[in-house]
Amino acid sequence: MMTEAQTMSLFLGCVMPNRFPNIEKSLRVVMPALGVNLEELEGASCCPAPGVIRSFSDPTWLALASRNLALAEKEGRDIITGCNGCYGTFKEAIHAVQEYPDRLKEVQNILKDVGLKYNATTDAKHIIEVIYEFGPENIKKLVKRPLEGVRIAVHYGCHLLKPSNLRPWKQTQRPTFLDEIVEATGAESVKYRDKFICCGAGGGVRGSNVSVSVDIAKDKLDSVHEVEADCILNACSFCHLQYEASQAQLNKESGEKKYQIPVIYLTQLLGLAMGIEPDELGLGMHMISTKPLLEKILG
Amino acid sequence: MNESIERDHIDTEKMDPEFVDAIVAAGADRIRTCIQCGTCSSVCPSGRRTAFRTRELMRKAVLGLKDDVLSSPDLWLCSTCLTCLERCPRQIKTTDAIIILRNMAVKEGYMLPQHKKTSKILLETGHAVPIDDKNREKRKELGLGEIPPTVHADEKALEDVKKIMKKTGFKKLIEGEEAGSEK
Ligand code: SF4
Ligand code: SF4
Repeated sequence: MMTEAQTMSLFLGCVMPNRFPNIEKSLRVVMPALGVNLEELEGASCCPAPGVIRSFSDPTWLALASRNLALAEKEGRDIITGCNGCYGTFKEAIHAVQEYPDRLKEVQNILKDVGLKYNATTDAKHIIEVIYEFGPENIKKLVKRPLEGVRIAVHYGCHLLKPSNLRPWKQTQRPTFLDEIVEATGAESVKYRDKFICCGAGGGVRGSNVSVSVDIAKDKLDSVHEVEADCILNACSFCHLQYEASQAQLNKESGEKKYQIPVIYLTQLLGLAMGIEPDELGLGMHMISTKPLLEKILG
Repeated sequence: MNESIERDHIDTEKMDPEFVDAIVAAGADRIRTCIQCGTCSSVCPSGRRTAFRTRELMRKAVLGLKDDVLSSPDLWLCSTCLTCLERCPRQIKTTDAIIILRNMAVKEGYMLPQHKKTSKILLETGHAVPIDDKNREKRKELGLGEIPPTVHADEKALEDVKKIMKKTGFKKLIEGEEAGSEK
């Protein structure tokens, strides 16, 4: 049953290690069980963020992204990331230097100064890409605690899917790969309004226009509420931040506790289905309590 | 009949014909083909709740209304969700165009204070969101290294990242002229 194990360079980024180490923990615990050995990408920086830093200085964005890629290239490995933003940055940065040789030269010149070679031969993959390669069928075989009866609102996020010409997914509209993985655990992926709409965090909007950003998230949270899903499932540390922090903020503003939807990261869900203890998956460290979900699963 | 209604007009001198050339050169190569269909605005999550209109932004860019476009706070309401880029019937790279316009705005000195702050944090730490005490604790509790194995744990790596940001002109762009001279 085992597909051959592969070793990849884990790119942490900023939000995951510095705000949600509990997600990082679940990723480190679960990925090896899915045939992926994680090597540290030592000395990596911010990816840098495609909506903010790239908006300020595209050349800086490209140079720093290429540095991170060059660190992996030096090890002869591909990058693996659990953040849609980092994923978007790397995919777009690789495309930029492969398409425009002048830009590659420019970047090589800059990296030479810090003793790095870069030939744009390294790829970057999202965890879901690697998990989908492992496949829903193989995941089913690892399930020890089937999540029967759990109703999940799946959020893909934008940069995972778009621009579609630079992404590996066969379906460019209404993809199902993440739902298939979720349903391999025995859970149900429920339909909800505006499933494919943005979480509202990106593009520097959360940082600078927080009320607009939270209002976008609120629409999605209301849709999830409407269908009475047990949790929101995501595969991006920044979408994760957005859904957790926005609920906390909306509750604070209204003085009520209307928004209590647990927000679960993909490797946390898979870990639960594989029978791993919730604490090992960082499930006790959420801003919005995961208790109702855990009670439903663990009884 | 109604004296308060004035005819709206655009001053010729406000239209900079080189503006759209620069946008095209930077990568939004099809922007001139915009037919003002409004598909972009209709799918925009920010446009649903604010006065930001992607279509209007594209039109103003094509007309060369440089100052108007670059100084507008609306430029910063795009969440870069890429929905409009996927849907534009003319295959205009709308989101790329917005990023190009933002780069131009920053060069002209238009930057939101929160964004300046984030940039300064990146310049200092190599992370846009650096570690804090609370998360150091959480990392320890989880059995992860207290400091992640990134630039946070590697002084030489941070020096390299700073060197790169100086070379690309980012330090000067964010901190202003004084940054150019220091070592
Ligand atoms: S969707 Fe494309 S063609 Fe239509 S208004 Fe927007 S940019 Fe112009
Ligand atoms: S990419 Fe920006 S302008 Fe286009 S639909 Fe998304 S938020 Fe609106």
